[in-house]
Amino acid sequence: METFLNRYRNITVLLLVIFAQLMLLAVQVKNDQDVRIIRVWAVTTVTPVARIIEWFRGGSIGFVRNYILMHDASEENKKLRDEVGRLRLQVNFLQNELSTADRAKALQLFQQHTQSKMLAANVIGTDAGSNSKVVLVNRGSAEGVMRGMAVVTPDGIVGKVIASYPTAAQVMLVTDPDFAAGVVSQKSEARGTLKGQGKPLCKVDYVPIGEKVEAGEWFYTSGDDRIFPRGFAVGVVKSVQPSQPFQEIWVEPSGMKHGLEDVLIILEAVHEAVPTTPPVNQPVYIAPAPPQQQTPVNQADGAAQPGGQAAPAGTEADKLRQIYQSVGEAQNHTYGSGPPGTKPPDFTRLPSQPGQTIPQQPAGRGAANAAPAPAAGAPAGGRAVPNTATPPTGGRAPATATPNPNAARPPVATTNPNGAATEGAPPSRLSRQAEGAPANPGANKPAGTVVKPPAAPAKQ
Amino acid sequence: MSYSSSDRILLSSQREGQVSRFRAWVLVVVPLFAILFQIYVPLFFSFAKVLDMPLLVVVYFAVMRRSQIQGLMIGAVVGLAQDSLSKNWLGLFGIVDTLVGYFAASIGLRLDVEHPMLRLLLCFFFYLFHETVYWVLKRALLGQLVAFDWTHMLIQGVFNAIVGVSLYHFLDRLREMA
Repeated sequence: METFLNRYRNITVLLLVIFAQLMLLAVQVKNDQDVRIIRVWAVTTVTPVARIIEWFRGGSIGFVRNYILMHDASEENKKLRDEVGRLRLQVNFLQNELSTADRAKALQLFQQHTQSKMLAANVIGTDAGSNSKVVLVNRGSAEGVMRGMAVVTPDGIVGKVIASYPTAAQVMLVTDPDFAAGVVSQKSEARGTLKGQGKPLCKVDYVPIGEKVEAGEWFYTSGDDRIFPRGFAVGVVKSVQPSQPFQEIWVEPSGMKHGLEDVLIILEAVHEAVPTTPPVNQPVYIAPAPPQQQTPVNQADGAAQPGGQAAPAGTEADKLRQIYQSVGEAQNHTYGSGPPGTKPPDFTRLPSQPGQTIPQQPAGRGAANAAPAPAAGAPAGGRAVPNTATPPTGGRAPATATPNPNAARPPVATTNPNGAATEGAPPSRLSRQAEGAPANPGANKPAGTVVKPPAAPAKQ
Repeated sequence: MSYSSSDRILLSSQREGQVSRFRAWVLVVVPLFAILFQIYVPLFFSFAKVLDMPLLVVVYFAVMRRSQIQGLMIGAVVGLAQDSLSKNWLGLFGIVDTLVGYFAASIGLRLDVEHPMLRLLLCFFFYLFHETVYWVLKRALLGQLVAFDWTHMLIQGVFNAIVGVSLYHFLDRLREMA
């Protein structure tokens, strides 16, 4: 050591003197954060050492924990695996519960819109037969289930009860080879008999060759079999093949397309109208316009119109449709009628507001066909829902509507652009609900409770 | 032992170099005078600011004493004294002058420092070294952004070198002859 210092004495002294003066500087100088540089240097020098020491300490402890005490981790891993499995089972159970709740809600909504008295049931088993399509439900004679009752879902018919026991009932599905039900097509109203084939598709028999049935058309129950009330969806036509003496129509049942877990047993059947639109294209309820927008507009319209009668409220599309409807009625023209090339109405004389009087047509331009304009404010018939107090002309739907004095009732939009074509047609379930029909008394009851039908009689 | 001023600059061995000796008061008064000059004369003659008399004195005593430890000690003392009389932090000039003294003494061991041309070059070189290290310390250690003007530094280096040669000629008279 002494030799080393003697050999490098000069440079050692130099470094010592420089170091001493650096320390002197560091004691005086402060950095931009008002900390003396000697502190910065000290911390900068010490912290890496402390970090290294801590790294060694943590590494040693981690080594002891991870490797020496590994048997604890293995035990803990096993416990965690068991807990994960238990939690997975719990998640599956809760998902099933949620799915069940969703189905129950759908059934409840369906019950609200259906007049038949229904009883919710769960499928609890299937039949042992290889070809038969029979299931067991958890409702039986104790709840009023009888042999021959219809079983449906919101999507369509499912089957019928073939045996009722005190605590359960046996239901023959529509796909069973022994199943049969009276059906009617939606457009052409061709009647036939739905027969199960033991396959996913069912056959509609006894439809004559002359009846026009197309693929994609919907079949509904006709009510002729005295089991299924009229108006429940059966299925959609998949193929139509000409045969003698009847057509060979294959239908895909719609009642079981979302699985078969919850069903509704119809205890007291109420016939309903066959919907005018397919189930996938049902009318959509549109709420009325807010009152703060209606009032000034109606007042202004009433002041501008003769007699001070207010124009019918609604959306701009409703008003526009009513204007064109009034033009067609004034010129005695029915939209959609007549062969191609028929002269359209004169649209050059459109009133600015719905309900305004259309000027008299000049002679020679359909004056002979000109009809007086409808009264101002009268509904132009452009709605899908028929007016309230008028009984259905088709006689297929029960007259459940109550008189509605308010002309500004909520409109119901349909995909049919010609509003007149739907006027007078039997209202659908949703449209009746919009008409102010009495709500189903069992609307707020949980699924599985008996729902009383309205007092209106079924009309075949 | 006498040298001709025009023959050789490099010494063949350390023994060829003659260690100059000074009286004690010379080692005290001359640096003190240089420091006083540095802080007093520029009050009346602003151009005197470019002169770095303490640096020139440190270089002279370091090279003439031909001892690195003595050189760095002279540099440290003069630099700290210069710091204490300036607004600088204590140690800034001290570090720079310590390094100058050390390296000047190292050069004095190898070269014939009584050669006027060599003295001129030494003064010029150590002035640049002094300014560069001072700039580096201020920037790196203190974080101060100081301008680095090469042109002015070179001119001032030349001026200091000329003054240094004249000063060293005067200081040679204060040596104790062996």
